[in-house]
Amino acid sequence: MAGSTPASLTADAAEVARERAARISPWLDSWRRFRRHRLAVASSIALLVIILAVLLGPFLWHVEINEIDFTARLQPPSAEHPLGTDDLGQDVLARILYGGRVSLSVGLAAMMVSLFVGTLIGAVAGISRGSVDAALMWLTDLFLSLPQLPLLLVITYLFRDQLKQLMGAESAVFVLLVAVIGGFSWMPVARLVRAQFLSLREKEFVEAARALGASTFRQVTRHILPNALGPVIVAGTINVAAAIIAESTLSFLGLGFPPDTPTWGRLLFDAKDYLDIAPHWVLSAGGAMFLTVLAINFIGDGLRDVLDPRKVM
Amino acid sequence: MGRYLLRRLLIAVPSLLGISIVLFTVLALAPGDPFGELASNPAVPPEVAAALRHKFGMDDPVMVRYLRWLLAMLQGDWGFSFVSRVDVDTLIWQRLPTTLLVIGSSQILALLIALPVGVFSATRPYSIFDQIANTFAFIGFSLPTFFTGLLFILLFSIHLDWLPFVFRSDLSATGLRWYWEEFRQSIMPIAVLGMFQGASWTRYVRSAVLDVIRLDYVTTARAKGLREGKVVLRHVVRNALIPVVTLVALQMPAIFGGAIVTEQIFRVPGIGSLLISSILANDTPVIMAVAFVFSCLVILFNLIADVLYGWLDPRIAYR
Repeated sequence: MAGSTPASLTADAAEVARERAARISPWLDSWRRFRRHRLAVASSIALLVIILAVLLGPFLWHVEINEIDFTARLQPPSAEHPLGTDDLGQDVLARILYGGRVSLSVGLAAMMVSLFVGTLIGAVAGISRGSVDAALMWLTDLFLSLPQLPLLLVITYLFRDQLKQLMGAESAVFVLLVAVIGGFSWMPVARLVRAQFLSLREKEFVEAARALGASTFRQVTRHILPNALGPVIVAGTINVAAAIIAESTLSFLGLGFPPDTPTWGRLLFDAKDYLDIAPHWVLSAGGAMFLTVLAINFIGDGLRDVLDPRKVM
Repeated sequence: MGRYLLRRLLIAVPSLLGISIVLFTVLALAPGDPFGELASNPAVPPEVAAALRHKFGMDDPVMVRYLRWLLAMLQGDWGFSFVSRVDVDTLIWQRLPTTLLVIGSSQILALLIALPVGVFSATRPYSIFDQIANTFAFIGFSLPTFFTGLLFILLFSIHLDWLPFVFRSDLSATGLRWYWEEFRQSIMPIAVLGMFQGASWTRYVRSAVLDVIRLDYVTTARAKGLREGKVVLRHVVRNALIPVVTLVALQMPAIFGGAIVTEQIFRVPGIGSLLISSILANDTPVIMAVAFVFSCLVILFNLIADVLYGWLDPRIAYR
């Protein structure tokens, strides 16, 4: 049947196909792979909605987070208070929107700290090898075997008061939490970066750069690091979710932000004593956190499909 | 195997020392000291406070204090609780069995969930069962333990009224009845922890089995005419478990974190809730000791993981 198709048309079609293939940029290709992960796309939309709600919500929902109204204590959801009220008659929706700002920004900032420290240590270990590598990896393994939550609790307990004197209570706790959570979650990133460096530094394109006389710094920043970034981004995404949970855990144990700062964990801490008479309070605060963490985890899974193809499960 | 174990034990010693240094540095850097209260107390003259400080060696250089503290810890002299007025080690020995019981049973539950579900998903990748299991796994490890715990209390204790939501160490029942009550009050803490761990392990097991199941030796085993069940259980799972053991050992600190939260929610009298209550009561000796015990437990479980490696893959033990 091959002869029945005009030769010129086939050639045209092939050319069109080639042209179309040439126009697919890496970004478009990545987007196509990401799009196949339907849950990740749905999660991105959900997370976008949550972020927008948290950022813009307080401008649209004009209720003060600490407006106390004892006549409206522990009320179930109504038109006036869509998510009900807490034990002081404060509006739960307003508090969740505000708390989301705190929880999300702690998560993002702690992720950045962990990525920075992890990439630095992993890169130095991977590029220098020898005794520096051994020492840094020993440090990484040591940190991996530290019990993180007990230490988080101990450190926040020991240093909170001193930092509070230096700055306001809220920003002191913020800085402390970001530093400590980030400082205890860089280890997987460091290991990933080191493994990538060990394999990439032997690749031909790095050898070519070295042969052309590129300094070690240039080799690292221009050639190795950009190629090692994929798995790091995936790890960073997961770290945001982990940091949000870590912050909420501390607040839930009563050792995070001060009582007047409603983070999601703090809301749960306050709500847990009224579980039987005001379940809407626990459910809405916990639900907001759960949806955010679930969405971030799904996005991380989708990004893994895109950026780290070997690990596709 | 014996020499391998000995080598692993020797490697654990520097880690323990490192952890003790980290702990002590945190304490030494922290503002305020146990005698701060004494100094601000008007009933204690300053010279008495200074003499006390000198007697307990608070003014010595950091290195000396660290060595003294380490020696005391090694000799089992863990200090005296300011709040409970008993020795710290008695306090910890009272609480430790409960914690280990809750953690141990929840890990068994997690394994009972993760192994069958993970293996079954991997043998039928992208089937409906696999997709449902995967979605549940994601939900499972996105639900923080403190939220699941509250949800469980809401559902099983308040709505259905099936289970007690406060863990009691002074059960009045005796005999079989006691075991039944103990079982009933342990269900929720164990289930909360076990489900959280089980969810993330399911994914590890699935991906590890998927890595192994396409290898040639599995095809050989099938070609020999072995039954599929035997191929999966004897040939695939054993090798797939090696990376799973690594990941589980790495997760040990997170498991203890989950245990602290769970103990706090259900008021289980373990060392996790001891840590929280002593932090809230500024009881420094207890805080340090509990943090150190948690570190030792992490190292212990890493050692157990090493033993498991040696059993799963004898080549590791003889290398």
